[in-house]
Order: sequence, then structure tokens, then C-alpha cells
Amino acid sequence: MEKMARVTTALGGNTLTGRTMYCHLDAPANAISVCRDAAQVVVAGRNIFKIYAIEEEQFVEKLNLRVGRKPSLNFSCADVVWHQMDENLLATAATNGVVVTWNLGKPSRNKQDQLFTEHKRTVNKVCFHPTEAYMLLSGSQDGYMKCFDLRKKDSVSTFSGQSESVRDVQFSIRDYFTFAATFENGNVQLWDIRRPDRYERMFTAHNGPVFCCDWHPEDRGWLATGGRDKMVKVWDMNTNRAKEIYCVQSIASVARVKWRPECKHHLATCSMMVDHNIYVWDVRRPYIPSAMFEEHRDVTTGIVWRHLHDPYFLLSGSKDSTLYQHIFKDASQPIERANPEGLCYGLFGDLAFAAKESLVTADSNRKPYPGDRRHPIFFKRKLDPTEQFESVSSSALSVFETEPDSSSMGWFVDTARRYALAGRSLAELCDHNAKVAKELSRNQVAQTWTMLRIIYCSPGTMPSANLNHSIGKGSASLPLMNSFNLKDMASGMGSEARLDWSKGENRSENILLDSSATLITNDENEETEGSDVPADYLLGDVEGDEDELYLMDHENAHTEEPEYVLPQEAFPLRHEIVDNPSGPDHLQDKADSPHVSGNEAETVSLTPVESFSLISISHTLYESRLPPDFFSALVRDMLRFYAEQGDVQMAVSVLIVLGERIRKEIDEQTQEHWYTSYIDLLQRFRLWNISNQVIKLSTCRAITCLNQASTTLHVNCSNCKRPMSNKGWICDRCRQCASTCAVCHHVVKGLFVWCQGCSHGGHLQHILKWLESSTQCPAGCGHLCEYT
Amino acid sequence: MVFLTNNHPVFAQFQKEEKRIRVSQPSTRGPSAFIPEKEVVQANTVDERTNLLVEEYSTSGRLDNITQVMSLHAQYLESFLRSQFYMLRMDGPLPLPYRHYIAIMAAARHQCSYLINMHVDEFLKTGGIAEWLNGLEYVPQRLKNLNEINKLLAHRPWLITKDHIQKLVKTGENNWSLPELVHAVVLLAHYHALASFVFGSGINPERDPDTSNGFRLISVNNFCVCDLANDNNIENASLSSNFGIVDSLSELEALMERMKRLQEEREDEEASQEEMTTRFEKEQKESLFVVSRAFDDDIVSTSDVSRYIEDPGFGYKDFARRGEDHLPTFRAQDYTWENHGFSLVNRLYSDIGHLLDEKFRMVYNLTYNTMATHEDVDTTMLRRALFNYVHCMFGIRYDDYDYGEVNQLLERSLKVYIKTVTCYPERTTKRMYDSYWRQFKHSEKVHVNLLLMEARMQAELLYALRAITRHLT
Repeated sequence: MEKMARVTTALGGNTLTGRTMYCHLDAPANAISVCRDAAQVVVAGRNIFKIYAIEEEQFVEKLNLRVGRKPSLNFSCADVVWHQMDENLLATAATNGVVVTWNLGKPSRNKQDQLFTEHKRTVNKVCFHPTEAYMLLSGSQDGYMKCFDLRKKDSVSTFSGQSESVRDVQFSIRDYFTFAATFENGNVQLWDIRRPDRYERMFTAHNGPVFCCDWHPEDRGWLATGGRDKMVKVWDMNTNRAKEIYCVQSIASVARVKWRPECKHHLATCSMMVDHNIYVWDVRRPYIPSAMFEEHRDVTTGIVWRHLHDPYFLLSGSKDSTLYQHIFKDASQPIERANPEGLCYGLFGDLAFAAKESLVTADSNRKPYPGDRRHPIFFKRKLDPTEQFESVSSSALSVFETEPDSSSMGWFVDTARRYALAGRSLAELCDHNAKVAKELSRNQVAQTWTMLRIIYCSPGTMPSANLNHSIGKGSASLPLMNSFNLKDMASGMGSEARLDWSKGENRSENILLDSSATLITNDENEETEGSDVPADYLLGDVEGDEDELYLMDHENAHTEEPEYVLPQEAFPLRHEIVDNPSGPDHLQDKADSPHVSGNEAETVSLTPVESFSLISISHTLYESRLPPDFFSALVRDMLRFYAEQGDVQMAVSVLIVLGERIRKEIDEQTQEHWYTSYIDLLQRFRLWNISNQVIKLSTCRAITCLNQASTTLHVNCSNCKRPMSNKGWICDRCRQCASTCAVCHHVVKGLFVWCQGCSHGGHLQHILKWLESSTQCPAGCGHLCEYT
Repeated sequence: MVFLTNNHPVFAQFQKEEKRIRVSQPSTRGPSAFIPEKEVVQANTVDERTNLLVEEYSTSGRLDNITQVMSLHAQYLESFLRSQFYMLRMDGPLPLPYRHYIAIMAAARHQCSYLINMHVDEFLKTGGIAEWLNGLEYVPQRLKNLNEINKLLAHRPWLITKDHIQKLVKTGENNWSLPELVHAVVLLAHYHALASFVFGSGINPERDPDTSNGFRLISVNNFCVCDLANDNNIENASLSSNFGIVDSLSELEALMERMKRLQEEREDEEASQEEMTTRFEKEQKESLFVVSRAFDDDIVSTSDVSRYIEDPGFGYKDFARRGEDHLPTFRAQDYTWENHGFSLVNRLYSDIGHLLDEKFRMVYNLTYNTMATHEDVDTTMLRRALFNYVHCMFGIRYDDYDYGEVNQLLERSLKVYIKTVTCYPERTTKRMYDSYWRQFKHSEKVHVNLLLMEARMQAELLYALRAITRHLT
């Protein structure tokens, strides 16, 4: 029959028409409800109870139901509902706990029909049975729900929720006997109208009060609930346990929720406080409302869809004393304005990037990029043809993969493991680290370490052991620097296999191609805008003619830049030195300074050194006189350079090794940033010990305090298996010492090892020994303990 | 093995023992002047949990008198201490010394030297500037601006409008951000209400010679409630010993009888709308005469306390006597804690909402199903009457409550006590405390005090938060 009605409205030229419009009420509204014919709306509040006719251009007041001189609290409505079967029948819930029914067919001015004064507290909600003409349900603050038969004077049955106040009651639309009730303590109960003794089912839906619920008009098992915890949840009640299938996070507590007619996944919400807008959500898209009505100036208190089968007209009443009709085409659609993007970095350097298709293609057309390594996959979400307001959600996912070889970050792990950061003299640390870098064939890094040693370990302070390595050639540190600029740089980079990187890698490209091809065929079945993207275009994209790179940009640059970046860094230095007059009184040091470069530089080609040696000797004299501060700027730039290159490991390591010498040169924030990046990397590679060492050695307060966070260790008592809330080792429940060794039964002093599974433990040695011979817990509890 | 030595159970036990002794020993009168020492201490020895709670949540690290008295209701104590600890010590928009200074300002409105002394210590301990303690002239303008809202909130919260809020938050040199303001308001309401509890339960000053410092200028004896109370002691003793017992026994029976009748009668007694309104008004009017003695002339305020406040003469004025302003009654259903207050407070000062929510819920639902000597009594009605009566005095009206019940359930002496404790707590005397519900246990009277305190706090919060909401819309 309802279907019929819809057909007539649709075909008989009677389709709902209208525009966004509003009218002023005299007082704030608490609730609204529509007549079945979608032509009238009733507004109820503390000081208002009126019926308005919805006309083409305006609302027209038809009837004021608040009659009589003296305002009665019975008129002070918390909720109102219009019967969906009988156009003359209305019910209101009063704040003083009275349930009133109204019969518009009455000839007298006072349309009040019946008065039920059974509830002791405010009635929050009334609800008519969707098909039964005389059945009315109410839910009250006093914790009771009552079912009234309008032919009788009293309630037919009373349901006690056995918990706190009832906030909403709703008859199921399909199950004749079922209704749902929501409670202030976060519970939702399902009742059978025939069984008032106990509920059929109960589950906790929200944290804090559940203000509202609504059964899905088509899907019989779905119930949407909204709560003070700002969530809207959709529950599937078909299964044995209510299952949460969707969850929408709003920005304020949810006061009302109403499924949108004819749109399976859409629902409208308004909030209780602070936020005045009405949102229409696609529950599958929980982070952004698909439509938004922003007309009200105070909180919206009631929302209702104008017609049971028309998804485009929404009526709302508000505390700002207005009644609105919202038209869907006037809604603002935040989705339109949003640019959804997703970016994720894999452990081995793979990068996935998803963005709106239009965005990506537009971009790539504008900015073709050579040397592409991208495998874009285009896919479309299957669109529900009935949902015309769904914004076209086709997006492009690009996956950037690294070459298998380069993806092994072996050098990083090795370096992290082998670097020495503290505990020895600076010179030794530098030497050690240079050696490590060298062995991993990272020449540039090795050189840097060597240079640092030269800069900061003035010959006077050099350990004599190092002097033995001196080669005795007239080479000095500075020329050496030049030498590696010219020659070693390139090879150093090459050996790190970064050049190969840029070549790209076609692993699994075929698969991706296939999948995108199948997706395309899917797309062609859809009749949505954008699905007619030609397949060859997609394929072309796969081949990677165009690209816009975000993260890849600097990776790419990495291969080319060093050749010119580093020299820039080094040359000014040389000029500076040349400009300075040499200090003759430091000739004495001259003999010492050459050593400095010697020990690690054997492999570094010395030829350039010799070629420069004539110039350099004279500078050496000067160099040793320079205070180490002189180089600070240079070293700082060097660290920055490494960090920008992505080798934050080097930056942090140098920072730690040099410590005070360089720290003040770099601002705290940058340091902190480097530390966090490095620690993050280390932890991704599960180098816990090293990351911990780095944290410990760091001088940034923000970093060192990482080690002071969450230092609590929660222990179970080995006797009663309950968590020990007490500090110390005496369980406050069973009053026994919890730290006895399960093997020797003595109290453990010192290292105590225990099983997290069964809480038993003991001396490390004892447990180790025990577990060698047995897999079971020594306490005999039968738990299969593991020591790893 | 560090922890073993530090927290060795025996040792810990010893510490606790010591702590308890230290608190109760020097004061022979116990934590409260109204409640015999043995009532409180007994309860304490039983309750290990209290000590644990104190260890975890006390800012001063000791078992103070308030906690001792509250530990009669251990369930409640936990939520009380948790929320208080959160306001004072956990993440919040205000710096720690500010929080304590605001507490001092709030307590000063009721000349509650107990709370002032306590927070002067804490204020200094958290690094507050000692100079501020010389009075309001010495604090930053920003804090000083809070004075107005403190005054209104304490005595006539219904006068708070969005203009007050706007004045505080409007941009300028000394403006408050909304989260800061909400934090301050929560603190103010908490300490106003706590002052009610302190006076209502006759909390004795802490005996703690080692914390005396230069700023502890407020002499403890000046306002010591117990002195007032002691004067009445003899009189009271003779009163109760002679005919009090018999009398109060029948009183109790009568109360039980009335409760029962109300419960049964509810349905058939159909009061008209007007009737209900009149009842509310009547209850309000009646509360006018509840405190008959004219106190207005002898406003006690020495410079010790009043330096933290301005306009010390400003006090509670009966809502019903609001006169020509014709302020509408606050309809509880239009702005409830559960629906509105919570959301706002939690939004601006995260998590406090949950803690307060739990505390209100706890105190409202707390029951042992006993009344004096009777067991298995549903006291819901009585609790609701107490709660709503407090709100009634602040002009908050519940549509779904029949204020006739208040009249039937709360005897006159109890009304006097309630009115005094919530509106002029500093005037509470032991005689008032003793004169109502003579058959009831002390723990039950403490329960009453808890209800009054929380109802008052909620009323203040509702007014303040409603003003903030109006400011926002």
C-alpha cells in the first residue's frame, strides 16, 4: 500500500516539490513529527504545540493545540509522534511524566484525548506501533517503558529495564512484536511486546547515554544508535550477538538519528550540544558527512524525513525557534570539497599513495615526469545506482616499489649495530665508525668520519697510538677533503647501489596490469560518471609516462645531487683558509698534522693528495691552529646535508659522537626531529637495544624522557593469579610473597623471571635449567611456559 | 632489590600505621567536631582501601580530615578523590599554582579556613608566588577577573549570564580561553561545595605543626566550628538525654510512614498544574523563613580571609525573593547535566565530564537500604527530595517532581540545616547538625552532607555551563 502511495506521488504529478524554507515558531521546539501524507508537520516544545501545513512556498500554521488560559505542564512536550496509520492521532510525552494522546477529529477546540499519568518521571519518548492502530509505547526517565492500548484507560504492560533512565523506544518496523529501548547507562535492550517480564536481549552500545535509535526501514536487522560519546553505530541484530557493522564518529553528542528513506546506507543525525548542523552520513564513509544542512542557529532538536519514500526532503525543528524544510539539492556537500588522500610507507621502502582520480590525472597531465617507477591501479567502488547523491568515489592507488636489492636496508642495520657512539675517546669512535662505513663500502660516510676526527681531535690531544699509523707524507686534512670530493664521491654513491634504484623495477607489474584490467571491465558495467575512462589510457598510465612524485623526488635527486652539492660545501672552506695568513709559529705542529689523515686513508686514493700537497702543506700549518669551533658551521651543514639526504643515521651518530662540540650549533627542534626519525627507523628494524642506546645518549630532553615513559610493569600474583595492585611483592589479596622461585621455593632476590602466561617464575638460572628439561611450568600448573 | 626494601610489606604496613596515628593522635577530637571520634576512626581501621586511595590520589599525601570523614562512604570517596585529583594534578589547561589559588578564592567566599590553609600549603608547594597570598591586589589581573564569577557562583548562581562569560573570554591581555574558564569554573564549584561539606560535617582543622609557615596567617581558632559547636554541647546533651530519644523514635516512625504513604498514594493523588507550580513556589518561599535568625548584620570576615575576595558582604539571597528582576526558574529538563552539561564540560576540559558524571551518579544512587535502625528501606524518595530541595533553593525546577514531597519528607529542622549548609555554610552549628534526624547514624548524616554537596556543585555547574553554552550559540 505504501508502495502504491509512492507511485501515485511520483506519477500523478503529485511528487513532493518545494524549496528550502523556514518559519519562525514562537518558542524553541523539542521535537517534530510528520503526518503520513507528508503535508503537515507537528512541532512540540515546552511552550509550543502547533500543526503546520507544508505548502509549496511556506509553512502555514493550521492548528494550535495549546488551548486554555493556564499553561499546563501536560503541554510541555519532550517528544511528539504522529500516527503513521491514522491521520488524526497524535501522542506527546510531557516533561512531567504524562503521556497524552490527541485526536484531531474531535469537534471541540481542545483535542486532548487521553491522559496517562503512570510514569513518575519525565517521559523521554513515545512511539506508535507502525501497523497497529491502538498501540502506543513510552519510555521514561524513571526506567520504565509502558505499552498503552488506546482503547483502555491504563497501560497494558510495563517493562522494567532494571537499569537507568530510558532515552528512546522504537518499534521494529518489520518484527511485529519487537521493540528496542536505549538507556542512559549505554545499554540497548530488545523486548518482545508480549513478554513484559524480561528483555530478549541486551548489549552495551555506547559509553555513556544512548540518546536515540532507529530501525532501518528496509533492512530488518539493522539498528542505528547514537550516543553521548559522539558516535553513531549501526548494529546488525540478525546474528545471535548484536554486531557492530558501521560506526560513524561525529563531533558532538548525537541527539537524533534517522535513516534516510530509499538510501540503504544513509542516515541523518543532529546533535545535542554545541553543533547546530544536521548531517547526512553514508555509514560506509564514516569520517565525512555526505551532506550537511547548516541553517540552524541553535541546536537542532528534531529531524524527520518528510515522506516515507522520499529521500530529498528533510524537516527540522530547533531551539532557535525555527522550523525548516531542507531540500537535498541545497545541502552543502563536504565531500565535494575534500581531497581524500592516503599515503603509506612500507617497511622496505614501498610506498602506496591513493588519491581521488581526478586529482591524480589532472596533476599528471600537467606535470609529466621522466623516469617513472609507478604502478598505478585504478579502481572504482561499486556504486549503488539508487544513491544518486553519492559523490563519485573513484580513486587511484599508486604503489611505488623499491628494487629488491635496494630494499634490503642491510647497510642500515649493520651500521646501526656496529657503530660505536660512546664509551671511547672521540678519535677512537671516529676511527671505528669510519672503518665500519668503509667495510660496508660507504666511502663517503667513512671519509666524513675521518674528517671529523681530523677536525676535532687536535694533534695535541691525539692518543699516541694513532701517531704510529702516520704515514708521514705531507698530506693534510684539507686537501684530502678535496680529493674525495673529486673522486670518491661518485664511487661512494655508486657503491651504495643508489644509482640502480632509479632504474625502476617492474616486479609484479603484470599482475597489477591484470588486476587493473579486470577492474576496468567492472567499471564499464557501471553507469557512473568517470567510468568511461578508456582502458588504454589506464594502461598508458601503468607504463608510467607521467608521474608526480612526492616522496620520490628527493630519492631521485639523491643520485645526481652529490656531485655538485658536496663541492659547494667544501670549496668555501678552502677559500677561507687560503684567505687567511698562515701562522709561522705553528710550524712545530706541522709534523703531527699529517698523521691525522693517515690511518683510514690508505685506501682512499692518495694521488690527488699528492697533487695538492704543495698547496696544502702551507695550509696545514694554519689548520691546526684553528679552534674546532671554526668548523662548526661546516659540520653543521654536513649534518644537515646527510639528514636531508635521508641518512638520518649519520646525522644522529655524528651528533652523539661529537656531543657538546656541535650540539649548540643545531637547534633543539631539528635535533629532536632527527632523533625521533632515527629511533623510529631503528624500531622498525627491531633494533631495540640500539634505539634505547640512542635514546639514552641523546641530550634532547624530549628524547631522553621517552625512556621514562610507561615504566610500570604489571605483575600478577603467582598465587591467586590476580593483578598485584600493591607496590612491592606482597599480594594484598592472599598476603603472600609473590616473588618466590617456582623451582627452589625461595624468595627471589635480584633478577626475577616470570611467565606472562601463568604468572609463575623464579631465579633466572633455575628457570632456564628447568625449561631445558621440561616444557611445562615448574609450578606444576600445567602451563607450557616458554623462555625466549 | 630496590623495591623490596622500599615497599616491603611490613614496612609499608608500618608506614600506614604511623600515618594513621599521626593524624589522629594529636587531635583528641578526631576529624570532625560533630561526629564522635570513634565513629570515624573505627570505620577507618577497617578500611584498607581508603589508605590505598589516599596514597594514590591525595595531593598532600596524607589522610586529611575530610577524607577520614568521607571514608565512611568508601565507594563515594573513590570517585571524589579521583575527580579532585584530576582537577588539581592531572592534565588541564591551568597551571598548578593557579588551580590552588582558585581553590583558595572559592573557599574564601565561605570563610573556610580549613580549605584555605590546606591550599595555601599546596599553592606554595607547587611553586606559586608567595606574594599572591597577600591578597587579591597582588595577583595578576587575569585571576582577579575571576572574582566576579566566583562571587556569583558561590551565592547566587542564577545571576550568571553570558555577559559574564563574554567579559572573561573576550580577547585582550587578560582573557581566559574557554577550556581554562571551564577548568576554573569546575574548581570553583567544587570548592564552594566542599566548603559546604566541611562546615556541614564540622571538619576539624588539621593538626600539623610542621607545615606552619609564614603564610599561614589565618588563625585556626578564629573560625573553628567546633568552638561554636562546643558551646552547644551541654545544652544538647541534656536535650537528647531527657526526651530526645523517645521523641526522635516516633519522628523516625512517622517519616517512614509518610514515605510509605507517598509511595502508595502517588497514583490516585492528582494534583493540578497550578497546584504543582504553587508547591514549588511554596517550597521556595518557605525556605525564606527557614533561617529565621538574622545573620545579616554579623558578617564575619576578618582580613585574613577577605583578602582573597572582594565584596565580602555579597551573600546568598533567596531565589524566591529575586524581586523585580523576574528571573525565570531554571527548568531542569531544558538543561540537564546528562544531556548538556556533560557534553560541554567534557568538550572543553576533556575527561572531567566522565569523572564528575561518575561522582554525581554515585552520590545519587548511593544507598545501603537502611534508615537508622531499619533495614531494607528504599530511600530513593528521600535522596531525591534532598537533592531537589537543594536545587529548588537555587531556582532549578523539575517538571516531573512533586514538591509536596519535600514538605512531607523533610522536617523543619532538617530544612534549616540544608539551607544553612548549602547557602551559608559558615553558619552551621553543631546544634543544627544534632537537631535533625536524631535517631540516624552519623554515617547517614554524612551521606546527607555528600548529597547536599554534590547537588550544590551540580546546580552551580549547570548555571555556569548554561551561560557558557549561551555564549557559544
